[in-house]
Amino acid sequence: MSTTTDPQGGTFRLSMLLNDSRYRSLTLQAIAAIMLAASIAYMISNLLANLAAQDLNISFEFLGSPAGYDINQTLIDYSSQSSNLRAAFVGIINTLLVAVLACITATILGVFAGVLRLSNNWLVRKLMSFYVEIFRNIPVLIWIIIIFTIVTAVLPGARAYLGEDPERNMLAGMFAFTNRGVYVPAPFFTTGFGGEEGSGLNWLLVIGVLIASFFATRFVTAGADKKQAETGIRPNTLYLNLAIWIVPVAIVLFILGLSWDLPDPLANRFNLRGGLQIGAPLIALWLALSVYTGAFIAENVRAGIQAVSRGQTEAASALGLRPNRTMSLVILPQALRVIIPPLISQYLNITKNSSLAIAVGYADITATLGGITLNQTGRAIECVLLLMLFYLTISLLISAFMNVYNNSMKLKER
Amino acid sequence: MNKSVLFGALTVAGLAAGAAAAATLDDVKARGTLNCGVTTGLVGFAAPDANGEWKGFDVAVCRAVAAAVLGDATAVEFVPTTGKTRFTALASGEIDMLARNTTWTFSRDVDLKFDFVGVNYYDGQGFMVPKALGVSSAKDLDGATVCIQTGTTTELNLADFFRANNISYEPVPIETNAEGTQQYLAGACDTYTTDASGLAATRATFENPGDHMLLPEIVSKEPLGPLVRHGDSEWGDIVRWTLNALIAAEELGVTSTNVGEMATSTNNPEVARLLGTEGTLGEMIGLDADWAKRAIETQGNYGEIFAQNIGEETPIGLARGLNAQWTDGGLLYSPPFR
Ligand SMILES: N[C@@H](CCC(=O)N[C@@H](CS)C(=O)NCC(=O)O)C(=O)O
Repeated sequence: MSTTTDPQGGTFRLSMLLNDSRYRSLTLQAIAAIMLAASIAYMISNLLANLAAQDLNISFEFLGSPAGYDINQTLIDYSSQSSNLRAAFVGIINTLLVAVLACITATILGVFAGVLRLSNNWLVRKLMSFYVEIFRNIPVLIWIIIIFTIVTAVLPGARAYLGEDPERNMLAGMFAFTNRGVYVPAPFFTTGFGGEEGSGLNWLLVIGVLIASFFATRFVTAGADKKQAETGIRPNTLYLNLAIWIVPVAIVLFILGLSWDLPDPLANRFNLRGGLQIGAPLIALWLALSVYTGAFIAENVRAGIQAVSRGQTEAASALGLRPNRTMSLVILPQALRVIIPPLISQYLNITKNSSLAIAVGYADITATLGGITLNQTGRAIECVLLLMLFYLTISLLISAFMNVYNNSMKLKER
Repeated sequence: MNKSVLFGALTVAGLAAGAAAAATLDDVKARGTLNCGVTTGLVGFAAPDANGEWKGFDVAVCRAVAAAVLGDATAVEFVPTTGKTRFTALASGEIDMLARNTTWTFSRDVDLKFDFVGVNYYDGQGFMVPKALGVSSAKDLDGATVCIQTGTTTELNLADFFRANNISYEPVPIETNAEGTQQYLAGACDTYTTDASGLAATRATFENPGDHMLLPEIVSKEPLGPLVRHGDSEWGDIVRWTLNALIAAEELGVTSTNVGEMATSTNNPEVARLLGTEGTLGEMIGLDADWAKRAIETQGNYGEIFAQNIGEETPIGLARGLNAQWTDGGLLYSPPFR
């Protein structure tokens, strides 16, 4: 019975499911699928039976009841009287905040380090390999704790900045660096929507104006391209574009009455009040995720650049392009095709690794919903299911988004 | 990866319940050791000493149960748990009982499905501050940064206290007492809050305990006691009555040194019943006649355990206060052994 035997005749016998090479793999796959489904069903029924035996049930009602605990970084209104669901949202926003910040900085760091690793300068090249090897090979949790320890040990206590005659003066009277976090001036609007209280609408307006400026500059650039194609001379668009970026937003900010809230050393005897506080946990987590993932991205970038054939560089030089422009106009655009797919998985890693936040007391979703809420309500299974749902959704969204981007960068085959 | 987490969670839940349904006493006997959940380290209550041997007020309860059930006070496997992991450890059957400064609350008893078997320390939540801070009342803490252990009642009381007094604070959540101590001493928080007994025990480990003080306010009731899983009342009875035996022994004047002599020569019928020379209490609870005698012999009575681990003669220096016998104006009151 060799696998290449093709049975004669059209009659179907049951034994052919195993003996016939046309059906065998299908049969095996079907058996595997049935076994998988059966074991999942077994586990679920086991879970339900055991929960019933323990007198427990699955219920999500706890999400509506008051959380009862406070959170130290809340970007939306929250108090201990808010619901567990709201606490979960606070956590989600904190997770997204640190993930977005870390993705941006890790990308910048990674691109620089990756490009510089191929530099002709020996020292720069070695420094960058050193960075990549050190940061890639030590677990990110260790980095988070190291950076947090450094921040808390090296920076002075908050009280050093307090009082009429403080031990330390704020940098330019506006910035304070304490072991509990960094304080910077916080922008706010005096004459915008919502009056003195302020409102999210003001910021939406500012962002709207910036988006409009973005499209306006693209329009200007497209016009310049067309002109260049027609006449061979490219009009200088720099000043126009700068004006489009700056003038409208400046006018809007002026109308809204932009003002700065400075950290106040006199308002409280324990901490600076006012300003924007970037807490030590956020700093530690953000930096650690950035430098750690940056090292991986650097390797992706290097691999991408090296995947572009040397002939491209030589051809660009032959056309008279300077090395900088060769890199940005010829090499990087082609390298992106190789870089983007692994970059997607690095972004996913950042998002998932941000769940280590708990190590430094950063209130991400794992710390709020999966930590305190889970613990205080005892709803472990429900909380873990919700957490999985959240991370899965975010990961799939990031992949989908990056895949769309990847498709737009892909070699267009005509 | 997410799938494997799901399966993992389901399997754990499945196994967990399997273990929980079985009779704990039989499991412990078959295993030959008692798995007892304790703190990750709070000197005086539960912490390994220089020889790696677990010592402390809560540890003594574990050892007393092991002595009663297994006849060997050293046959205990101590499982360090944090405020967050302790309930999962108990519910999943990883530990047979939990003795970890755990507050008896309605929701833990009713909703989390545990049985608190009694109270071994009547406590309340306090605040510790560096003296240099110049704070004399918890109400002066407006705007302070506060270190708290997550997964505790402390966390919830703290939110209530500040809200009721209309003052604000910034929480710094931490996992273990060791981490809390470190953050507090590093100045990452202005004050550390937990059970007053825990604060006293923590302060005793500082290099300069005199530089720190407890604020006068006690902001909550924290009856701390051992607990077991819901649904195994026989096992719950054993732990409950072992604790009661230690408390009753103090009331009745039975100590680790005189217990042998008392057992043979006492003419107090309750002492005789407690020590198994009269009646069949041991048989009723599913153990032998000497169960309570062994617990008292190896660990001492409640008063001895208190004095040895956290009492006024120790660096922790806690007064009996509420934890005196009812005959001395305290709250300790064991139901009768009959
Ligand atoms: N009684 C409170 C708090 C218990 C608690 O966590 N106490 C701390 C300090 S007294 C502790 O035992 N820590 C030891 C550890 O970190 O393992 C509760 O049950 O929620």
